[in-house]
Amino acid sequence: MKVAIASGKGGTGKTTVATNLAWVAAQSGCTVSYVDCDVEEPNGHLFLKPQVISARSIGRLHPQVDAGKCNQCGLCGDICQYSAIVCVGKKVLVYPELCHSCGGCTLVCPAGAITEISRVIGKLETGLAGPIHFAHGVLNIGEAMCTPLIHQLKTEVASEGLSIIDSPPGTSCPVIESVRDTDLVLLVTEPTPFGLNDLKLAVEMVRALKLPLAVVINRADIGDTETKEYCRNEGVSILVEIPDNRRVAEAYSGGVLASESVPEFRRSIEALYARLFESNWKTSPTLAHGAAQ
Amino acid sequence: MSDLIAIRKNIPHVKEIVVISGKGGTGKTSLVASFAALARNSVLADCDVDASDLHLLLEPRVIRREAFTGGSRAQIETEKCLMCGECQRLCRFDAIKSASSDDGRQNTLHVDPIACEGCGVCAWFCPEKAITFLPAVNGEWFISETRFGPMVHAKLGIAEENSGKLVSMVRSNAKRIAEERNCERLLIDGSPGIGCPVIASVTGADLVLIVTEPTLSGLHDLQRVSDLTSHFGIPTMVCVNKWDLNAAMSRDIEVTIRNRGLDFAGTVRYDRAVTEAQVERKTIVEYRPDGIATDIRNVWAQVEDKVKRN
Repeated sequence: MKVAIASGKGGTGKTTVATNLAWVAAQSGCTVSYVDCDVEEPNGHLFLKPQVISARSIGRLHPQVDAGKCNQCGLCGDICQYSAIVCVGKKVLVYPELCHSCGGCTLVCPAGAITEISRVIGKLETGLAGPIHFAHGVLNIGEAMCTPLIHQLKTEVASEGLSIIDSPPGTSCPVIESVRDTDLVLLVTEPTPFGLNDLKLAVEMVRALKLPLAVVINRADIGDTETKEYCRNEGVSILVEIPDNRRVAEAYSGGVLASESVPEFRRSIEALYARLFESNWKTSPTLAHGAAQ
Repeated sequence: MSDLIAIRKNIPHVKEIVVISGKGGTGKTSLVASFAALARNSVLADCDVDASDLHLLLEPRVIRREAFTGGSRAQIETEKCLMCGECQRLCRFDAIKSASSDDGRQNTLHVDPIACEGCGVCAWFCPEKAITFLPAVNGEWFISETRFGPMVHAKLGIAEENSGKLVSMVRSNAKRIAEERNCERLLIDGSPGIGCPVIASVTGADLVLIVTEPTLSGLHDLQRVSDLTSHFGIPTMVCVNKWDLNAAMSRDIEVTIRNRGLDFAGTVRYDRAVTEAQVERKTIVEYRPDGIATDIRNVWAQVEDKVKRN
């Protein structure tokens, strides 16, 4: 089962839930893989402390122009939607950071003057955290587009056992790439006006992708009751409500898995783990709505 | 005409202050809302376009709304399509899907709008010219009035791309308004991370304030995001929010900041009143003028001082 953990708003506890869920599931004997898709700011390794076994660079393609063959027709600049290749007078300028690697310029060039070369945008590391198969990506500083790195990282998602995909915050391209092709998107929120506003955006996004979804309310006793009312009205299942707990915050601040040191928190995560397998999310996506309130 | 030129010459340089965090949920937006209450003669811009929250505290009254077109979208005209499959072969984003009709007798090709990157390769090379490629609306942006001055904000459409372009749109319009109204400052709420929307919100700014928290994740993310601001050569200050949740970590962060040659803008204490104020739709400096508000005033004074000296 592939479960993506996402949130809309940042700092609601995605990584806390994802890493502790991985640990609790592994403790119960489940085969677990944890894939951290927040390649801009990956944090899962701070808690799971994996031993890195392999690391490889991830590149993406961009055009290279052979000035000797170029006849300055300007078609490459015409087809490019991203201003990544521009013809200025007799020169063709390439801006690799803007390139989406669609290959259009190479295809359109009548002189065969364009070839594609690869440029490193980040690295992908895999390893083991105890019994947990661990993978994450680290985007290079200054790189704008991280989706090709996330795309590669998703090949590390195992189909057997439980695969946990820790997504970046927000609702745009990197999140969509992370949650695509999963069996369930678990949205971690907190019951505050900011949390609810961003939860609504995230729910709309997941529904646009036609994926099953459910909610975890973290720090459930702060803020107000509107988040619960929203979930009830929308028929969105709340799988677990985790109370605010200073000891969890302290464990988190020091890079410690809270399930190891705070028993009541571990029970919340165990309850979440049990609920995950109560419904067959993949074959019956309707169960994601309204089941088990 | 000469009057116009004279006016133009008197326009002061609008100082752009961007508040970002690296890690999400460190309290960036709560602080920006408080700074908005403290700052005089400023324009506000919410550049966290895919999960914006500033409007919840500032309750903007929308004066103007505009559709945002960040790129074009391909669409296959089924009646012209001969199913040659060239588009499917050329698309690098797996965005051309085939579907069968209800009776299962006819197959058609269509573009998956979520997978589509808007590159236009399919439309360009379709031998039957059966694919249209027209500008698409990807979101909306707004010019509003708030109790603390003008604000420019936006909403990216659900599952849409081009958040960086929308950020640039919000920023340039906010700057134009600041110039028109002779405002000294542009106060920008950025987004988490280090990718495209963050780059679009910080490049060319006068000052970046990074809001972090005393956790190992906060420290780790602070290092990456401050690498980004130094990569672009932007003057950077850092403040530690909720510092008393882990005083030792807070000190470690302060040491890291100074070792990196960044300016320390101070600390803000943890106070549950921040959430209470949010529920009341107020900034914390309005809701609780002492205690935590004193910390925020001190940080803001540091930021203002640094911007003046720049």
